[in-house]
Amino acid sequence: MNVVDERKEKFNRYKELRENPEEVLSPAIKPVAEYTIFDRVKDITDVGTFKEFHFDYPETNPLDFEGYVEKKEELRAECGCHDGIIAGKCKIGGYPVVLAVMNKKFMMASMGIELGETVCKSAEYAMEHKLPLIIFTASGGARMQEGILSLMQMAKTSAVIEKFKNNGGLYITVLTHPTTGGVSASFATLGDITLAEPGALIGFAGPRVIEQTIGQTLPEGFQRAEFLEEHGFVDQVVKREDMKQTLTRILMLHQEVLV
Amino acid sequence: MKAIDRVLAAREKDRPKITDYMDNVFTDFFEQKGDMLGKEDASIYGGIALFQGRPVTVIGHRKGNDVNENITCNFGMPGPEGYRKALRLMKQAEKFNRPIISFVDTPGAYPGLEAEAYGISQAISGNLAAMSSLKVPVITIVTGEGSSGGALGLAVANRVYMLENAVYSVLSPEGFASILWSDSSRRDEAAEAMKLTAQDLFDFGVIDGIIPERGLYIRVSNVIASALKELDEMSGEELAQERFEKFRSFDEGFLQTGTSARMENV
Repeated sequence: MNVVDERKEKFNRYKELRENPEEVLSPAIKPVAEYTIFDRVKDITDVGTFKEFHFDYPETNPLDFEGYVEKKEELRAECGCHDGIIAGKCKIGGYPVVLAVMNKKFMMASMGIELGETVCKSAEYAMEHKLPLIIFTASGGARMQEGILSLMQMAKTSAVIEKFKNNGGLYITVLTHPTTGGVSASFATLGDITLAEPGALIGFAGPRVIEQTIGQTLPEGFQRAEFLEEHGFVDQVVKREDMKQTLTRILMLHQEVLV
Repeated sequence: MKAIDRVLAAREKDRPKITDYMDNVFTDFFEQKGDMLGKEDASIYGGIALFQGRPVTVIGHRKGNDVNENITCNFGMPGPEGYRKALRLMKQAEKFNRPIISFVDTPGAYPGLEAEAYGISQAISGNLAAMSSLKVPVITIVTGEGSSGGALGLAVANRVYMLENAVYSVLSPEGFASILWSDSSRRDEAAEAMKLTAQDLFDFGVIDGIIPERGLYIRVSNVIASALKELDEMSGEELAQERFEKFRSFDEGFLQTGTSARMENV
């Protein structure tokens, strides 16, 4: 393939991606499906600064749900993370922060005890060390296999985030595709600053459930990042290629309160 | 009694409603409507009343008693304005140092177009966060269906009780079966697997007590009175701290606590 063809192909791919809001461009022009949380960490953080937290959680299966533990074990090997989130300390544009990134490849990053606990422990670490907390959210909602204990994670994470914020902590959320259900209705929407990626689906009820309830198809763009921006629920929609720069600017603007 | 029988009992049309509790447990109720942001939501009912002669703020989901009321109350499924109204009432209770008593009975927050457009997620998360730090006693009683975030949005309390035939769950059994097994007809099986009865939740340590339903209103009054007696001993800061600790650590039995975190280069 010659250079011109290659460029043309990239442009076509680019156009295709622009038209399909479910797939958002990365600096490396990777569609969403191929863009891993490790790509994300690499794109966002200063080289070599990310130090991941490991919390040594025991296996949790409160409902003794059949096949649940096996499923998690399988996914751990595949995804390279212990549950649907990784968290750690890093620098962004020279500013030290606590960063958590949710991994939807792991059971849609649904929130169970372990995921909720990681959010809390990250916020508590940030509070103790007076660091900002940045969470890239993506989730299908509650972890059904953990029943009521999964629902209660909404209260747990919200309470800890509230405490962190009341202690003067800076909390930034970046809503990525998709952020729904119990995660959308808890820590994802409590940011001091709320950013969203273009085209990301963000909402409490899933589109299919809403369509069933109201008995009609949803208008185009409904529950997308731009729709939320229009309705006043995000500060800015930020493209992936501009994310690091934007985060750095926000951190810089808060440097007085972060010291 | 099977789990599904509790679910059906909890949904029973004739089950006592928030309005019945208002008439039988409280006196001198003054209803407060509206979120004061432009909307009113009848599926959340609330205001100020006297409990054994003492002013309290009472809030609860309202399903309505007949078809017309059901429709007005959206079958007990609040939109964002409902949660914002509840928050307004709770903040006011805090200002005037009134305890807050909430009654939970909802199939969930309303999964509709407007609810999403006007921020149902933000309204619920806002309540969860704000309730966790309220400086007055908060007592919740799950009286019927406690389903999903729509229930939790009124239930971040110092004391949470359930009636013996109430259920409290992450989702309806139908929804659970549909998501996990792609088959909503396996509802009965789901109800069993979900562990959503009052006894299950008590065993998990998620609720503080189960209220038998014989002699309902007297028992409910007694539970509220004794909870208030305990909570009255605490300062505002202590109440907020106690509530925070409750929701921070309810699941610690499932987690190894006190292990030191390690850090690793990625």
